[in-house]
Amino acid sequence: MSRPVRFNINPIKADIKDNISLADTPEGYTGQGFFATSMSSVVGLARKNSLWPLPFATSCCGIEFMATMASHYDLARFGAERLGFTPRQCDLLMVMGTIAKKMGPILKQVYLQMAEPRWVMAVGACASSGGIFDTYSVLQGIDQVIPVDVYVPGCPPRPEAILDGFIRIQDLVGQEELRRRNSDQYKNLLQSYGIQ
Amino acid sequence: MALTNETIKERLITKFGDQLSRFEEPYGLLTFEAPRDLNLKVMQFLFDDEVLRFQFLTDLTAVHYPNLPGRELAVVYHLHNLVDNIRLRFKVFTAIAEPDIFTATQLYSSANWMERETFDFFGVNFVGHPNLKRILNVDEMEYFPMRKEFPLEDQTRIDKDDAMFGRGGTIAASRDYGEAVPDQGAPVGQAAPLNAPKPAQ
Amino acid sequence: MSVEHHIKLPEGSIEKTTTTLNMGPTHPATHGVFQNILELDGERIVSAEQTVGYIHRAFEKLAERRPLYQITTLTDRLNYCSSPINNMGWHLTCEKLLGVKTPKRVDYLRIIIMELSRISDHLICNSVVGVDSGAFTGFLYVMQYRELIYEIYEEICGSRLTTNIGRIGGFERNFTAAAFEKIEKFLAEYPGVLREFENLFTRNRIFMDRTIGAGPISAERALNYGFTGPNLRAAGVDYDVRVHSPYSSYEDFTFDIPVGKTGDCYDRYLVRNQEMWQSLEIIKEAYRKVQAFKGAEADVYHADAPAYYLPEKKDVYTKMEALIWHFKIVMGETEIPPGEVYYSVEGGNGELGFYLISDGGRTPYRLHFRRPCFIYYQAYSELTKGAMLSDAVIVMSSLNLIAGEMDA
Repeated sequence: MSRPVRFNINPIKADIKDNISLADTPEGYTGQGFFATSMSSVVGLARKNSLWPLPFATSCCGIEFMATMASHYDLARFGAERLGFTPRQCDLLMVMGTIAKKMGPILKQVYLQMAEPRWVMAVGACASSGGIFDTYSVLQGIDQVIPVDVYVPGCPPRPEAILDGFIRIQDLVGQEELRRRNSDQYKNLLQSYGIQ
Repeated sequence: MALTNETIKERLITKFGDQLSRFEEPYGLLTFEAPRDLNLKVMQFLFDDEVLRFQFLTDLTAVHYPNLPGRELAVVYHLHNLVDNIRLRFKVFTAIAEPDIFTATQLYSSANWMERETFDFFGVNFVGHPNLKRILNVDEMEYFPMRKEFPLEDQTRIDKDDAMFGRGGTIAASRDYGEAVPDQGAPVGQAAPLNAPKPAQ
Repeated sequence: MSVEHHIKLPEGSIEKTTTTLNMGPTHPATHGVFQNILELDGERIVSAEQTVGYIHRAFEKLAERRPLYQITTLTDRLNYCSSPINNMGWHLTCEKLLGVKTPKRVDYLRIIIMELSRISDHLICNSVVGVDSGAFTGFLYVMQYRELIYEIYEEICGSRLTTNIGRIGGFERNFTAAAFEKIEKFLAEYPGVLREFENLFTRNRIFMDRTIGAGPISAERALNYGFTGPNLRAAGVDYDVRVHSPYSSYEDFTFDIPVGKTGDCYDRYLVRNQEMWQSLEIIKEAYRKVQAFKGAEADVYHADAPAYYLPEKKDVYTKMEALIWHFKIVMGETEIPPGEVYYSVEGGNGELGFYLISDGGRTPYRLHFRRPCFIYYQAYSELTKGAMLSDAVIVMSSLNLIAGEMDA
């Protein structure tokens, strides 16, 4: 849709001839009819391009998420086609919006119901640190109750910022060690939150 | 003849005499004060009277005046006459030691939650309310946060730099950084994450 | 309305006691966090109890700490689908308290922005009613035009959603040529999109079957419950703050107030749809009026109130009074006259009121928001009594409940 976009005064003409975006193969050893690489890179590649997010949208950031999901910014390009609203089936908990102290236990319960491996993305200033609401009723950051992997600042963050956060989650997912969830380091992390 | 503030004032004084006081019109809105036992009678009169017809409760809230002993809590009602398009405001004052006000839920169903909110924030006890419990804050909260003596911020925070905000404390003592151990999950080349902060009480 | 769980059902019912179903704060159908505990007899709802407050952010307490300009950012986050209306309402309240009169061009520009945000709010509500009844496509079609509305806001204030748009007395900058181009583009293309959206829903047999008869309310009950806005107009009462207490020069515009009959979900959908058409007409007229200003008048974008509106930078550097005003405004030390004012505007959901009590200090003594969502959500149990579970979902989304406005 061509319209005078303010920032894009000299747009680069898109080059679509023979321009297909391919996923990079992981490093490995290839030979006649076989390709050997590490299990974690293959599993990571598969997981990161098919994350199933759980949008935990509470307030204004939720509306920006709706804009991200819509066709203009399109989260589905990154593999997050299927949004689930049940934690049992989702990999990525996207917490978007202010979490009040009344909501904290519910957020923790949703996190506990997710199966490993699970990632958490705090979208917006309120989820990262309480935002502009330094009050008696707002939880000052969801990392008071659950461990967070990626923080996306903004009030609300632009859809491009949410997509950037999602790409960083994909980086984390793609490079994760297979045994990380059983490691002592991770277990200590969960212990510090009171999660067994 | 259009309904004017003077007409409303006359009819109210005719009915209630000098029990109503402090008639004034800040920014054009007729405002008066009623004794707290008469709040329902005043609202019922305003509802039923065929000239006045104030049958829409726009807003119900309270204000805390710690400097007026004996009259600390003011419950403010905003009423609206939709047919003649006139608004009015009246207040009832009560002491903070006995914050009992008759409920308006029999007359206006919208008062139900508005009174719960006022109770939640100020501790005004609405006598006769069907379900007077906290609505916006957590049920276990023990104080009434909108009263002037209570602070805005959460007092149990430990991770905020009080020294930088002028609230005492020292900058170094407010965080415990601990040993930073690289997590195998972190991508190579990025800074190692810090240990998880202590969960809030 | 404290509800007892597992109510015993009368003889002849299929079950012996009701089933308790928690449509909890996290639910795909609740757009925002509020909880409904439903007592079900099979699929029928016997009673419902609502719990709100899951996003209570203590706006009223925060407002006692902030000077007038910093409260605008709080008002953004009330009904965040149409933040400019909240911002304008707050600025109008301050202008009433401070005695600032805005020039006509400012009023017309404000009307354009407010009606755009009303369209944006109603678009979300109507398309979400579609999503909740299973029709996702309409939502995607109209989101593209919401993006255009966001771009118009961006031209003026820089941000998309929580806009903090305008200042006491006007706007922070004049509308640029790009902004007017985008408004023209919107006026040219949007009617076609709205017609397409209507084609998908208005006479769609499935949509009509889902929404007609779901959650009706009579006009008397609606008035008693304090309904305002499209929900009240769907019940048959033509109360619109823009007509009854016109603000920002709305009296110069002629538009219809669409009114429904039964107050059910279909009427609410139709009222909102028709309001979008009326808003489009208002924007066209306001745009014509704005283009009619010529010469020096065409550059006016704020009132002449240097005590409350930041003076030009060149004056700040050269004139003493401007320097003092600038200092006082930025430090938040402007004198607010003592007094109390109640002002209301027609928000996306109804009468959004601001009750401001000032004691002469730099921050309000008390600020209370009269939030329409909070007041009419009480009626939900009455609306869904005897309805089926799927109707409960449709009723919730057609009431346009925005959690930020409900809990404040």
